[in-house]
Amino acid sequence: MEKIVYTITVYTENMVGLLNQIAIIFTRRHLNIESLTVSKSSLPGIHKFTITVESTEDLIIKVVRQIEKRIDVLKAFHYTDDEIIFDEVALYKIPTDSLLDNPEIETLMRTYNARIVEVNRNFAAIEMSGSADVIQSLFDELNKFKVLQFVRSGRVAITRSTQERLSNFLAEMEEKRIKAMKACEK
Amino acid sequence: MESIRIKGAEALLRALLEEKVDTVFGYPGGSIITVFDALYSFRDSIRQILTRHEQGAVHAAQGFARVTGEPGVVFVTSGPGATNVITGLADAMLDSTPLVVIAGQVSSPLLGSDAFQETDVVGISLPVSKWSYQVRTAAEIPWAVARAFYIAREGRPGPVVLDITKDAQNEMTDYVYEKCQFIRSYQPNPDLDQTAVEEAAALINGAKRPFALVGQGVILGEAEEALKAFLTKADIPAGATLLGLPAVAGGFPLMKGMLGMHGNVGPNRKTAECDVLIAIGMRFDDRVTGDLKTYAKQAKIIHFDIDPAEIEKNVKVDVAVLANVKESLPAVTALLKEASHKDWVDSFKEHEDEEWQRVIEPEIHPTAGPITMGEVINMVSEKAAANAVLATDVGQNQMMACRYFKLQSNRSLVTSGGLGTMGFGLPAAIGAAIGAPEREVCLFTGDGGIQMTIQELGTIMEYKPAVKIIILNNKFLGMVRQWQELFFRERYSSTILQNPDFPMIAAAYGIPGRKVVKREGLAEAIDELFATKGSFLLEVEVEENGMVYPMIPAGTNVDNLIFGD
Ligand SMILES: Cc1ncc(C[n+]2csc(CCOP(=O)(O)OP(=O)(O)O)c2C)c(N)n1
Repeated sequence: MEKIVYTITVYTENMVGLLNQIAIIFTRRHLNIESLTVSKSSLPGIHKFTITVESTEDLIIKVVRQIEKRIDVLKAFHYTDDEIIFDEVALYKIPTDSLLDNPEIETLMRTYNARIVEVNRNFAAIEMSGSADVIQSLFDELNKFKVLQFVRSGRVAITRSTQERLSNFLAEMEEKRIKAMKACEK
Repeated sequence: MESIRIKGAEALLRALLEEKVDTVFGYPGGSIITVFDALYSFRDSIRQILTRHEQGAVHAAQGFARVTGEPGVVFVTSGPGATNVITGLADAMLDSTPLVVIAGQVSSPLLGSDAFQETDVVGISLPVSKWSYQVRTAAEIPWAVARAFYIAREGRPGPVVLDITKDAQNEMTDYVYEKCQFIRSYQPNPDLDQTAVEEAAALINGAKRPFALVGQGVILGEAEEALKAFLTKADIPAGATLLGLPAVAGGFPLMKGMLGMHGNVGPNRKTAECDVLIAIGMRFDDRVTGDLKTYAKQAKIIHFDIDPAEIEKNVKVDVAVLANVKESLPAVTALLKEASHKDWVDSFKEHEDEEWQRVIEPEIHPTAGPITMGEVINMVSEKAAANAVLATDVGQNQMMACRYFKLQSNRSLVTSGGLGTMGFGLPAAIGAAIGAPEREVCLFTGDGGIQMTIQELGTIMEYKPAVKIIILNNKFLGMVRQWQELFFRERYSSTILQNPDFPMIAAAYGIPGRKVVKREGLAEAIDELFATKGSFLLEVEVEENGMVYPMIPAGTNVDNLIFGD
């Protein structure tokens, strides 16, 4: 089976140690995590992990089920690139002199839709968001004028689906909770 | 509810009482001393079993859990105390045994400083436990205990670890207990999907050669009767995994024996001939399936399981019925047509006869030569009570015991399946005897395995649980020797054992014992084993080069089955 990039999103309770719990599932299968972003989700008290990894669909399904099996994980999903809208952010630091001496840089910034977030006597910090390829390609261009530092974030993603799977899941769980509480009152 | 102001350690014990805990297995130390101190005040309601090693404590708790169905509880100290239970946790995780392990931890201000006896217990135990959590305040204790028991028991059971800092044990808290009924992120019992039920029933109703694989899920779901009704209604023959064996105890005609590497010929051959394969609460372990590329390729496969992560983990299936089998089996049974598959069911007979002649008969009724393992097990089984619990260690003794000991009652097997932990047998048998004192616990162990936890004879000496210990002494690490004979040109590297005098060791612990070398003395010695009140150690010198057959070599399939004759 073909290996492609999958984006896995994991929603968890806000508890210590979840990153570790999730990471060991990848380690066991010798899967290299390409990028990882962890942040609060749009729902209060729920954290979101966005993980990209190159693998086969077969394996990804198993990994997702094993992630979901962890007690404090609410739900995990996996997506191919065409099912999501995703982005990464990159920051590039270049010497201010190169910016001033090379008008090509300004053209590049326009073409790539990048912007300057800070300039001082020594350096200029440029920011751009886009896909991993575009980010890399801007780096390759800028590096002709010597990039001092370059960082990129992990991937963030939202689905193209009109179904809000997590909210549906939470609503379902709330019903179950009420049922469980009623059952024990009896 | 009114709260009371008490110490964290006392809160822990009160919480355990709320969860109906009456026995804990453990070993004290600096970071758990406060809990043991509180336990002293509760000694009339909670029995404490001091094992001789923490590994003994955790295996004993596993044995206790297997026979009672309730979580086994373990108390250990931080650092080495906690690391000594890791093997037991891994074992319980693979075999879905409910455990609540309470480990002391250094005081919270010291965490992360490499303090004396500090280890990252949550970090070490996470991969081998269902849930592992560090408690740093007394206030959290009731919540954490309630959650721990809920998680250990509900859904697919498993081991849970609470790592409780010393200051949390010491500190005062306002205690109220509320049982955990629900965890938003954990759905222990998936809702039964009616479509899956209908699809499963349709496949089974259309089957000409249905065959069921029975796993421990049936026992954990207390679905033994539901299973029998299911098999009977559609006339479905079945094989059992190692841990599934006691699910259909006591000679049920449709139960055709054990699956897998050292299983019976019929069930293994029929797996490759059936048209619909019905897996019930089992996980397609490689010791059952062998080579997955050729496994049951001719069959449509239905998988009943409670754990979504088991579906298509190893084997692609046509229908998955996700739920507790206690729920799903009756639902499917209701839709089954009464059927008869007489020719198919009878077709097992030929394989049974072949196995009887080529393997079983010579193994259990040898006429000459040294005593065989199967002979001893068969004789013990014949003389054992109907409520007997079979406990085993790991290796040839285990495979032989599971092949030849006739299980006759529910929850009658205590063995280490998934992890294959040598040293499991003795402490697990002790735990089983403590959990079910009215039952007769028979332990078969090897001369190798017993020495891995032999110190637990001290636990027997102190608490006097009745364990009938039978050491099948072949003077070898037998199972490894078997592989060396078959696959490594008889190069017996590190498998020849020099052994102590086992009955003499037992005697040092005040446990009566006896050694049998000749066939003539065997029956009488077994009579003495059972006639003696309490524990007894019987060492039998068996054939040194005994082999467990039939055997399907690892990673191959039933076409490669070896009879060894
Ligand atoms: C803790 C542990 N170490 C090593 C093994 C590998 N192993 C499996 S069976 C076996 C031999 C067991 O020998 P013995 O206890 O004498 O039992 P026998 O096979 O002879 O019945 C060994 C070493 C294991 N299963 N567990």
